[in-house]
Amino acid sequence: MAFQTLLFYLFGAVLLTAAVATVTLRNMVHAALSLILSFFTAAMLWMLLEAEFLSILLVLVYIGAVLVLFLFVVMMVERHTPTIHHRRNYRLVALAVAAVMAAELGAALVAPDFVPASAPSPAPLGHSNTQALGSVLYTDYALAFEAAAVALLVAIVGAIALTLRARPDHHRQNPAHQSRVRKQDRLRLTDGRSEPPC
Amino acid sequence: MLSLTHFMLLSGALFAIGVAGVFVNRRHALVLLMSLELILLAVNTNFIAASHYLQDLAGQAFALFVLTIAAAEIAIGLAIVVVVFRSRETIDAEDLSEVRG
Repeated sequence: MAFQTLLFYLFGAVLLTAAVATVTLRNMVHAALSLILSFFTAAMLWMLLEAEFLSILLVLVYIGAVLVLFLFVVMMVERHTPTIHHRRNYRLVALAVAAVMAAELGAALVAPDFVPASAPSPAPLGHSNTQALGSVLYTDYALAFEAAAVALLVAIVGAIALTLRARPDHHRQNPAHQSRVRKQDRLRLTDGRSEPPC
Repeated sequence: MLSLTHFMLLSGALFAIGVAGVFVNRRHALVLLMSLELILLAVNTNFIAASHYLQDLAGQAFALFVLTIAAAEIAIGLAIVVVVFRSRETIDAEDLSEVRG
């Protein structure tokens, strides 16, 4: 159990450092890479909480797809963007807001009314988190699951529709035009003698 | 011995860092999106910690839905950033004030 506590503090320190680096680094590629590091350590923490499926999902799907997409956009945009200089420095405001928010959350957690649940015993050997999650996801939350799928579909269509750009020299087929073509439009019969090109 | 309070304090600190990031980088659209990602990560960690300590899988199911919506949000957000960048050659969020009332 002490080993898990050690891991918690190790991953927690890396997570908070990477999060601070994400919001303070000037270089956007470095910021995106620190964001990836913070997601990775968060996945390790979720593994400590025995949420194996979501932990693997965060690494495979979220880091592998979403954050790499983020990195692509950062590299595409940053090359042409001069550094944005802030007219006012909001660092003091940010520190104040963050301190107040952290103090409130901490005060709620250490209040005597808050009685945290005791640590559950570890899951038995052979217990499948994926199976357990699937058994509630496809029964109790089936409607929410379908709604999430629809939301993803809408996001796909929206993102493609937003960024689709037709080039002026783009060749595309027009089926209505193709099916309206008559023989006279394409075929010209000559009598074999040379005639001036029309 | 790890308790629920450990994880909740950690995710509270992560949430505060994300909120501070929104203030520090309020002109930079991409870093704003990164700060939103940090905030959503803190919320998800909270959900999963509560799910583990209360032995209730509803928290993990909800975290999965939050991940789904976060992915959709980031796809749309990045598409908007790309469109704005193509037409304006900048992603400075304070320059986007044409529709101000």
